[in-house]
Amino acid sequence: MADKATIIVHSGDMDKVYSALIIGDGALAMGMEASLYFTFWGLQRLKKGGLEKGPLSKMNMLGLGKWMVKRKMKKAGSASLEKLLQDFKELGGKILACDMTMEIMGIKKEDLRDDLISDYCAVGTYLAEARESKITLFI
Amino acid sequence: MAEIKVDCTGETCPIPLVETRKALRKAKEGDIVEVIGTHPSSKKEIPMAVKALGLELIDVEEKEGVWRIRIRR
Repeated sequence: MADKATIIVHSGDMDKVYSALIIGDGALAMGMEASLYFTFWGLQRLKKGGLEKGPLSKMNMLGLGKWMVKRKMKKAGSASLEKLLQDFKELGGKILACDMTMEIMGIKKEDLRDDLISDYCAVGTYLAEARESKITLFI
Repeated sequence: MAEIKVDCTGETCPIPLVETRKALRKAKEGDIVEVIGTHPSSKKEIPMAVKALGLELIDVEEKEGVWRIRIRR
């Protein structure tokens, strides 16, 4: 079995979702398996139209900071979150959605991008994935 | 045997690595994947991925900030 990385995406901040997706894509590119477990604020980013909506974790300044960072990223040739997510799926990555978050926050399956989500699950699934992973991160 | 070219000039982390992997997945055994790019770390890291995947690194060249990596699937 290939080495595996399991990442909890708890934050919905734009920069942190970038980190999670870059590491996830990188793991797959290096021949590993990868799972992203979206929970709490992270799960908001899997809502239809929600992927790019996260603020910057620091110096967001009502969106001004985010706008400046996005402009710099574009200049540097950075990929969009959407491209990173599509590449993650294309390379065989698994996306898991926390069903407790859905219940607490009143999120329905039809609010989420169901086509991307491999499974709706809870802590047991995370642990089952994590215990066979060489890398596990909480972002 | 086919030669597949991937142009990642001007792209940054993690695109060159990801596009290399995508091309290698599509390639057949014996095909050659040639990646060109400008992102400095990818020049070191694509060969690391090639090793991890157990594939053959043919060569790595760099001219005026543009590198070229050739891999045999």
